[in-house]
Amino acid sequence: MQARLIAAAVGLAAVVLGATGPAQAGKDLDAVKARGMVNCGVGTGTAGYMIADSQGKWRGLSVDVCRAVSAAIFGDSEKVRYIPLTSQQRFTALQSGEVDMTMGNATYTLTRDTALGFDFTGVYYYDGQGFLVPKKLGVKSAKELNGATICVAPGTTTELNLADYFRTNKMTFKPVVIEKVDEIRAAFFSGRCDVYTTDASSLAATRAANVPPPQTIDDYMILPEIISKEPLGPVVRHGDNQFADIVRWALYAMIEAEEYGITSKNVDEMLKSENPSIKRILGVTPGMGKALGVDEKWVYNIVKQVGNYGESFDRNVGMGSPLKIARGQNALWTQGGLQYAPPIR
Amino acid sequence: MTDMPVGERQQLAPPSDDTGILGWVRKNLFSSWGNGLTTIVLIVAMVWILSGFLEWALFTANFTASTGSECRGGGACWALIREKFRYIFFGSFPYEQHWRPLFAVISMLAMLVLSADRRMWNWRLLVIWSVGSFITFLLMFGQLHIPLSLMLFVALAGGTIGLAMRSAVADPTERSAYYALIVIGLIGLALRIFGVLPSWSLAIAPLSYVETSLWGGLPVTLILATYGLLFAFPYGILLALGRRSNLPLVKGLCVGFIELIRGVPLISLLIMASVMLPLFLPSGTTIDKFLRAQVAVILFAGAYIAEVIRGGLQSLPKGQFEAADAMGLNYPQKTLLIILPQALRVVIPPLINTFIGFFKDTSLVLIIGIFDFLNTANQALVDPNWAGFPGEVYLFAAFVYFIFCYSMSRYSKYLEVELNKGTRR
Repeated sequence: MQARLIAAAVGLAAVVLGATGPAQAGKDLDAVKARGMVNCGVGTGTAGYMIADSQGKWRGLSVDVCRAVSAAIFGDSEKVRYIPLTSQQRFTALQSGEVDMTMGNATYTLTRDTALGFDFTGVYYYDGQGFLVPKKLGVKSAKELNGATICVAPGTTTELNLADYFRTNKMTFKPVVIEKVDEIRAAFFSGRCDVYTTDASSLAATRAANVPPPQTIDDYMILPEIISKEPLGPVVRHGDNQFADIVRWALYAMIEAEEYGITSKNVDEMLKSENPSIKRILGVTPGMGKALGVDEKWVYNIVKQVGNYGESFDRNVGMGSPLKIARGQNALWTQGGLQYAPPIR
Repeated sequence: MTDMPVGERQQLAPPSDDTGILGWVRKNLFSSWGNGLTTIVLIVAMVWILSGFLEWALFTANFTASTGSECRGGGACWALIREKFRYIFFGSFPYEQHWRPLFAVISMLAMLVLSADRRMWNWRLLVIWSVGSFITFLLMFGQLHIPLSLMLFVALAGGTIGLAMRSAVADPTERSAYYALIVIGLIGLALRIFGVLPSWSLAIAPLSYVETSLWGGLPVTLILATYGLLFAFPYGILLALGRRSNLPLVKGLCVGFIELIRGVPLISLLIMASVMLPLFLPSGTTIDKFLRAQVAVILFAGAYIAEVIRGGLQSLPKGQFEAADAMGLNYPQKTLLIILPQALRVVIPPLINTFIGFFKDTSLVLIIGIFDFLNTANQALVDPNWAGFPGEVYLFAAFVYFIFCYSMSRYSKYLEVELNKGTRR
């Protein structure tokens, strides 16, 4: 009791004086191991990325990264405690230690990576502003949108990006500026504007869920041009580099596994592969797990229980899901996309 | 023939178009041309709206679809509710253990229904709430650890309150029981602080532990509202009494607190509790998010209830206070035996009004990421497999809220009649 009080007083004094003591290496990882659970902050419901299903289980592309971290540390992808956070709360909760990492669809920016005292450990989804159009408009590229009526939310970077893009390409447009998302969607689907612009992932969700009957999802398409950068990454606190490493490489392992064709279905056969890279990745040739400070079978556990990046993408947001988002920028670098994992060696 | 005495005249039944259904209709709906026309217009409008609604909600509705896309195009998609109702009611609580929140809700409702009965308004109330709360939280958490220091504190508090309230009426045995409780509590706590007694706690662990971050749906709404108001009620009474106190410090603190809390929206309190508070705590120390929200609700409700009760206190004639003083009653006796029983009776309708308001206000916790009943309903909308049916989900949520709020308002009506029996002619 007294010790707690003193600790509280010292902590309060530290906050007041603005002093953040030197971080002990490994304290977050130790806490995670002692707890037997990864505390993973997630958003309060975004279709395909983090959402509780009918049975209350969290699923989605972002959630799969938390599961991969858990699989790497504990060999079990279910040792995750999901803590729903709103976008105001997500960074405070990370700073205060309520969560070990957040997957709250936060865009990776310089200020967040530095001044807030966080580290972004990678990019699990390259999002960006796109255009949703009805197919009957007959447009195949954003370059053909000259003179179009465009629905957009006011006062956002989305609106500024839109104006910049059209000016750069010497085109004009008529903005229809509406504050509320539901009203924007209604205006777009009722034909008040030709185009709806916002982040591509959100456009995909809109297309999957809000098309009014008798029209169907196939009557609408997202144009291939993406005009802004919104890379979404896992976030950890400054101070425990080993934990940050595990979060970083858990995601890279998923991407690397896809590159080498290791899937949750063939991972057991792949253990017998003669390819030295695959042997290293799956821990048949030991060393990688030791270097990272986890079990040698860490990648095997991730792929077996969560799947590789491509599988997770397809299941949650890609063609195997109602969202039907094309891989686009999120394809592997070998297939013209941006997803590139440094080698596991 | 007119010279027959009045009493012997034949008694005729009133004209048939003046009684029964026909008479009522004539009198109330078609008493004049204007009224008749209004009635017809309104009936046509009602039939038109209702037939549209029923067409959507019943005749073309889909109750059996297994995916959202099968549902599209027709009327209401109640299959969505069928698929999602367990999530909407119980949130992320482990699926195979949903019987636990179910029985927790039943236990809370039983507790509320029992305490609605006036015959229970005595020591039984304490038993009902202790047992009911114990069952509720045991089911929700699965395991309870009751620390020794808490038990000692309860003994101390129980003894003190019992002594203060019943010192005038208790017989010597009862009084010595209170003294014993106080002594045990005091000595125990002192020994505990100096480290003589170990930090032992009583573990009751029949079920697997489920933490509050997994709680969701109706139990969360009920717990936040019920316990928010349960603790806010005595707290509000204290604030109201403090506000009328003659001691300037007490009065100033109470006024300051009430005005501060009433001057800000509940949302800002919740955001303070969820975003600001953790920054002031040393890193690694976290207070459960659910508890923080619960405390914010209690503080907020307390300030409002205090003002309602102050209204009741001020409605009492001054003679009541003076008579109590003249009889030589001390302050606790005067307050507990004379003032509060009368003041609380007056404020029952506005109190229940406040209760109903807070039951619905608890849904604001969705902005700090707690999955109360409305928020789990929101989640059901986000699922891409089932998205696009907001009407059905919100109607369902509204229906459940309505059941609760309407029963509370009926209860308030009953209570008003019941408590005012003495003053009605």
